[in-house]
Amino acid sequence: MQLSLQDRAPIAEALDRFRRNRVVPFDVPGHKRGKGNPELTAFLGERCMQLDVNSMKPLDNLVHPVSVIREAEELAADAFGAAHAFFMVGGTTSSVQAMILSTVGRGDKIILPRNVHRSVMGALILTGAHPIYVNPQTDDRLGISLGMKVEDVRAAIEAHPDAKAVFLNNPTYYGICSNLRAVTEMAHAAGMRVLVDEAHGTHFYFSDRLPLSAMAAGADMASVSMHKSGGSLTQSSMLLIGPGMSEGYVRQIINLTQTTSGSYLLLSSLDLSRKRLALHGEEIFSRVIAIAQYAREEINAIGDYDAFSRELIDGDSVFDFDVTKLSVNTLAVGLAGIEVYDILRDEYDIQVEFGDIGNFLAYISVGDRRQDIERLVSALAEIRRRYKRPRVGMLSQEYIHPQVVMTPQDAFYANKESLPLEATEGRISAEFVMCYPPGIPILTPGERITGEILRYIAYAREKGCSLTGSEDPATAHLNVIR
Amino acid sequence: MDLWFTELHTPDVKLSIKVDRQIYTGRSEFQRIDVFESKEFGRFLVLDGYMMLTERDEFIYHEMMTHVPMAVHPKVRNVLVIGGGDGGVVRELCRYDTIERIDLCEIDELVVEVCKAHLPSTACRLEDDRVEVHYEDGLRYIRRFENAYDLIIVDSTDPFGPGEGLFTREFYGNCFKALREDGIMVNQHESPFYENDAVAMQRAHKRIVESFPISRVFQAHIPTYPSGHWLFGFASKRYHPVQDLDAAAWNLRGLGCRYYNTKLHVGAFALPSYVEELLREVE
Repeated sequence: MQLSLQDRAPIAEALDRFRRNRVVPFDVPGHKRGKGNPELTAFLGERCMQLDVNSMKPLDNLVHPVSVIREAEELAADAFGAAHAFFMVGGTTSSVQAMILSTVGRGDKIILPRNVHRSVMGALILTGAHPIYVNPQTDDRLGISLGMKVEDVRAAIEAHPDAKAVFLNNPTYYGICSNLRAVTEMAHAAGMRVLVDEAHGTHFYFSDRLPLSAMAAGADMASVSMHKSGGSLTQSSMLLIGPGMSEGYVRQIINLTQTTSGSYLLLSSLDLSRKRLALHGEEIFSRVIAIAQYAREEINAIGDYDAFSRELIDGDSVFDFDVTKLSVNTLAVGLAGIEVYDILRDEYDIQVEFGDIGNFLAYISVGDRRQDIERLVSALAEIRRRYKRPRVGMLSQEYIHPQVVMTPQDAFYANKESLPLEATEGRISAEFVMCYPPGIPILTPGERITGEILRYIAYAREKGCSLTGSEDPATAHLNVIR
Repeated sequence: MDLWFTELHTPDVKLSIKVDRQIYTGRSEFQRIDVFESKEFGRFLVLDGYMMLTERDEFIYHEMMTHVPMAVHPKVRNVLVIGGGDGGVVRELCRYDTIERIDLCEIDELVVEVCKAHLPSTACRLEDDRVEVHYEDGLRYIRRFENAYDLIIVDSTDPFGPGEGLFTREFYGNCFKALREDGIMVNQHESPFYENDAVAMQRAHKRIVESFPISRVFQAHIPTYPSGHWLFGFASKRYHPVQDLDAAAWNLRGLGCRYYNTKLHVGAFALPSYVEELLREVE
């Protein structure tokens, strides 16, 4: 990275210049720098409305960037060690989908772990690809899925030498990393692309105390959620590619689905956040690591809670761990993670990122103050004092190996019928069921519905997880193949 | 010279005090600290632009925070003061020879140093043998105690700065745990008058009601605080603030306060109707 160039922010600077020129707008957006919508302007602030402008020559165009957006993307590529970086305005969902749409077509195989984000499943429906699932190992004590074992990926590659790509999480929602370098080398040796979901790993690029990043490992494409640990606005994201990919082709793919009215609020937030990370990332994430570590020690000192960390590392399915993630197992308190999540919000005004059956995750960032950490720790101590009960009847989250009968696309568009959930055992699902949070699929289109799956759904519902993805908003009925 | 200190009590209301000279200004890890001298109010302490105490009227606040619980609880031996780095509450507590130990937990060491140097009339007893000062976040300090104190006095700033964590349910719950089975907690409870203060007051009350079996509110008149009408919380595991008042025993001590007396004690729990209504809304 050429540090001397990184203090520039071409998009933000162009917007500043443009604002000073006081150009009279006879173009969209129709709120005309906020004047046409006073209530919204009062709500969001005048400055924000002034920056909400349309693509034009001095501000470049996201569909085909040639000036300031292009420069900003090049600076970002340099900061992340990528051949090119695409600014994305449809969330990391759009980045993940662009990776898959760029590399696998109809009928092509893609090797992936089951614990992928729902955006991956959406992309499979769009492309018509055939998923080859690798068992993400499960930690039975914590009830969470881990990374893929190198041997399991090797077996999948050997069994499916015609697969076009291997997909990995780096890290998972819980901070767990697979052996990215080994998988990348293996996939490349077999002529497959390596796609990495780094929605939770933006910070890996800016600290040598954190796990290896996708670009450093030689992966072909990576999706980074700048708006998570990177500090940009919600819905902004970046897609990184390595030297083996064609920038022009990926741009074509992105433009199939991306808006032609890219928000300059989002774009400038990416630009300024990249600048901040490049100039101060190392120091920022050292602080985040220290805050997370302090919180872990204090939470573990309460008793019963298990704020887990690098001790999980086993050299394979947990090859590395992201110590900025504050994941806490709650089962020994006698409460489900989702129950602690709800109590924290309802009774203590503390919002954590998610809760699942056994754990909750508190998102730690540079925006956290020491006194907020004290509140979280104290609330957890109180919850244990007030609610502790014996650890009984706690089913933990088992990996259910999916039986893929047809491709997600074929199943999604097939003739189907709606049946009460309990009457679907043995049928093929035509839709998704996810447990949200954390949004990892229980069922996807084309998979056989088993008794085990139905029992898991009932349990997750009983524990307060919200079930989403199906046409019936209550998930009482499910579409199955006729 | 026409130099004034001004504090906004609401965006549309302000209180100004004519300043004779500035005694101190500095910035700690947590806040900006200023001490001014004025003709009308003597020296006064300002944190982040908010008036904390003046030499002229601090006695009202500190006497009401301290003597109300002390006249109810028959045997206070161990006391914890959270916040209160100015030493005013500690000064009042030190007048009781039956108290064996006073822990003062103040997050900001610089506040204590500045008060010792420039506000000796409140900080005068911080060197008492029974007093131990802990420089720590109150929320963190209290977590490790169970069944340890007879009285906890929460002398916090407003809930919009470093004192925010001291207005939360997790804090009150941890205080409950740290108190003995007949323990009392008294807290600075904000004002019912201006809307934003009233919302903070209601939130605090709601959180205390959820944490303690007995929770009552009492009032005092403090000229330099927004609206001048200020509330305190009395939360307790066993003693009722009025029914369990032992006026004779307290009067026998002969402490001679300037604001507090045992008749006022009973009256302070009689609240204006609109305040009762605000409290009822969250009970």
